[in-house]
Amino acid sequence: MPIVLAVAGKVFQFKMAYTEEQILQEVTTREYEHGWSSDIESEKAPMGLNEDIIRLISEKKNEPEWMLELRLNAFHHWQKMKEPRHWPHLSYPEIDFQDVYYYAAPKQQAKYDSLDEVDPEILATFEKLGIPLEERKALAGVAVDAVIDSVSVKTTFKETLAELGIIFCSFSEAVQEHPEMVKKYFGTVVPSTDNFYATLNSAVFTDGSFCYIPKGVRCPMELSTYFRINEAKTGQFERTLVIADEGSYVSYLEGCTAPMRDETQLHAAVVELVALKDAEIKYSTVQNWYPGDKNGKGGIYNFVTKRGICLGDNSKISWTQVETGSAITWKYPSCILKGDNSVGEFYSVALTNNHQQADTGTKMIHIGKNTKSTIISKGISAGKSNNSYRGLVKINKGADNSRNFSQCDSLLLGDTCGAHTFPYIEVGNKSSIVEHEATTSKIGEDQIFYCNQRGIETEKAIGLIVNGFAKEVMNKLPMEFAVEAQKLLAISLEGSVG
Amino acid sequence: MEATLDKISAKEKFLSQFIGLEITPENEYLLKVRGEAQEALNSLEFPTTKDEYWKYTRIGKILKGTYSQTPSFGVSDVEKFKIEGLEVNLLVFINGFFSEELSEISEKENIVIQPLAKARKSHSDIIEKYFAKYTDHNKQIFTALNTVYHTSGTFVYSKENAAIEKPIHIINITNAESAAFNPRNLFIVGKNSEVKIISSYETIRGSSFTNSVTEIILHENAHLSQYLLQNESENSSQINTTEVYQESNSNFNIHTITTNGLLVRNNLNISLEGEHIETHLSGLHLTKGKQHVDNHTFVDHRQPNCQSNELYKGIMNGKSTGVFNGKVMVRPHAQKTNAYQSNQNILLTDDASINSKPELEIYADDVKCSHGSTTGQLDEEAKFYLRSRGLSEDSATKLLLNAFAEEVLRGIKLLPLREKIEKYIEERYENIVAK
Repeated sequence: MPIVLAVAGKVFQFKMAYTEEQILQEVTTREYEHGWSSDIESEKAPMGLNEDIIRLISEKKNEPEWMLELRLNAFHHWQKMKEPRHWPHLSYPEIDFQDVYYYAAPKQQAKYDSLDEVDPEILATFEKLGIPLEERKALAGVAVDAVIDSVSVKTTFKETLAELGIIFCSFSEAVQEHPEMVKKYFGTVVPSTDNFYATLNSAVFTDGSFCYIPKGVRCPMELSTYFRINEAKTGQFERTLVIADEGSYVSYLEGCTAPMRDETQLHAAVVELVALKDAEIKYSTVQNWYPGDKNGKGGIYNFVTKRGICLGDNSKISWTQVETGSAITWKYPSCILKGDNSVGEFYSVALTNNHQQADTGTKMIHIGKNTKSTIISKGISAGKSNNSYRGLVKINKGADNSRNFSQCDSLLLGDTCGAHTFPYIEVGNKSSIVEHEATTSKIGEDQIFYCNQRGIETEKAIGLIVNGFAKEVMNKLPMEFAVEAQKLLAISLEGSVG
Repeated sequence: MEATLDKISAKEKFLSQFIGLEITPENEYLLKVRGEAQEALNSLEFPTTKDEYWKYTRIGKILKGTYSQTPSFGVSDVEKFKIEGLEVNLLVFINGFFSEELSEISEKENIVIQPLAKARKSHSDIIEKYFAKYTDHNKQIFTALNTVYHTSGTFVYSKENAAIEKPIHIINITNAESAAFNPRNLFIVGKNSEVKIISSYETIRGSSFTNSVTEIILHENAHLSQYLLQNESENSSQINTTEVYQESNSNFNIHTITTNGLLVRNNLNISLEGEHIETHLSGLHLTKGKQHVDNHTFVDHRQPNCQSNELYKGIMNGKSTGVFNGKVMVRPHAQKTNAYQSNQNILLTDDASINSKPELEIYADDVKCSHGSTTGQLDEEAKFYLRSRGLSEDSATKLLLNAFAEEVLRGIKLLPLREKIEKYIEERYENIVAK
């Protein structure tokens, strides 16, 4: 007799006698849910990458001379760099960087004051994603800086934020309106020569978000951006810069979904966070880009450089990420703990299925005294996927009384996937304490038995255990996001989560 | 162009210092192996810190050294390097060469214990079956170097169903100014047999560069306990590569104790080729000054139902540096694997540092694998507790360090050996604790 369960607004049918294998089977054969493409006319630069394309992007953006120079310098350096193929635990075909569109923007360039003026197609896209701007505005209290492809289309709550002196706008706008601030901080956390993908991004980035929280201001709402890769074969090169001035606080959300595509799409974003004295930045990400089909065809290549610096004393940067999408994930949100007593945190859930590959983790660089860092990483692998944690904890010589705790747990669902842990621990200070532990296991049969014994069916039990496994990290997400993240995990493990 | 020439000549200059005393291959097989290694030696470059495998260890000190090959003996007293109260089969090597008169091998019945140079002639069939079958002399330049230029080493071959009571003690002594040795060992433990081997590295005078390669084969149900004691002079360097091949139900135990040496790099690779294998690795190093100790382990779980356990501890003083890089690989087929890795370190000064990299690479789901790594200092409260009971600062520190080291030492089942090691450690503390 089939039983029907309603989960997260969806209805799943289960047969009565489900074995673990069947459940895993179902998990592994799930299709990408957010797979569609919306019809928005877009304007593209010619394919390929050369100086002219960079000049074109810069010109389209109406950028000042110094920005163009930064881009060109980065490009010239990039030409001499090699792709990091060797050390990540990833394998993917050669990327032809000349076979990519580096610029695409929705054609309508007008700025809107009200929602009515926004292209209904775009609004419909958001509707499907479950983020209706108008509802958000009224209900959730979230200011959404929606980015479709590369140009900011709509920014809400700007006025509310402006009253507090908070600047939250698209990156191109910031270059026009706050050049002094962009000039001061751009490239200070992730230098334009940092790594292959960050350098590429520095040369060709099209847009992104800029955020500045003035001294002593506590941002009253969660700031958020929704990225979508929309135009086929459009590499997305986002650039985000968040600056929290002395004593301020901001929580920043970033969520991603992308339409289903057969060709592989390249994404190389750079995020820079700067926390001055006593400031705190909380940066949360839910990433659910197209992971490719169940045979490993297509999917997004996600090469992201995210780094924050605790520049002032007593500052804090916290990264929380839920990574369920992308064919390839190469991402290490890091903290440079420069100020004394500064704190860095990294909470991560990475779920890979089918042929997905993730090589993700963090770097905690302790420079200041009494600096503290916490790393909690949960990896879940299913199907034929490979999921690696790679992290660096470095305690510099002068970082007296520093403290680090790292925990990296991996859960394997099925015997064709892989879970790997590559921690690098470098300690050069005698008064510091560094602890690292990692475990790898499958779902305990005794745990399932315990649940069964109490009348919880196997499929529900697996869901319960996976939820519990990731709970430590999910709890760190802001309320608005937690629901979506839980939904994502549920969808990603559909059939086993009840 | 000039830079390339310099590089070539530096490599050639280094290599040229080994020519002269190596064993010439006796048959076609050995000639073939040597040829392969020579080819690798010509084509491979010495690793730099850009190589992931050598990320934290600079070998410039070794490569820039000037070495001589001196079979000068003149050592009559090896008493102080022996283990008091332990009856052993003793093999003494001085400056890389076997000393017949100083060695005493009493066990003859179920086991062959010989210097390799001799065994290559007397047991050529066994040599041909095992020698250089488990090493990476095509890929690892130091293994290639050893394969081409080894002068001698120890050959141990135990028959089936033999429990060899007396441990084998191999003492490698340096008695020369800047000498270079390439000891090559081959240990084969037959089915259902049990063997204990102690390898110690000591210096009477001078300094040395030792590039040792050991191949160990454990047949079904074989047991081997190995004790590696590295206590060379503080300007001596060592690269010690051990390749272990384990068959079903075998049991391998190794203790690596490093109490001295300028640069010590241990590569320990273990391949678990059967089911129900147990392997236990442990290590302890105490360093000071500019010493550098690097323990690399690789445990390759290739079959189901095996168990591996690692415990490495380090105490670092002065400007010394420690490295631990342990990798556990669980292959897709190796279900029910149980693997544990632990690395614990104490830093006594701000100039000392540790780089720890415990890695897990897992492709099977029904496994229990975990690792832990901690770095810290002596517990101030514990120290205060001892101080308040009248212990001096130094004795309190020593006591706590002893407690820290005990976890590794307790695995040493040969009590006289353990006492000797404790004595070495005690001497080491004097240096370490004293300001």
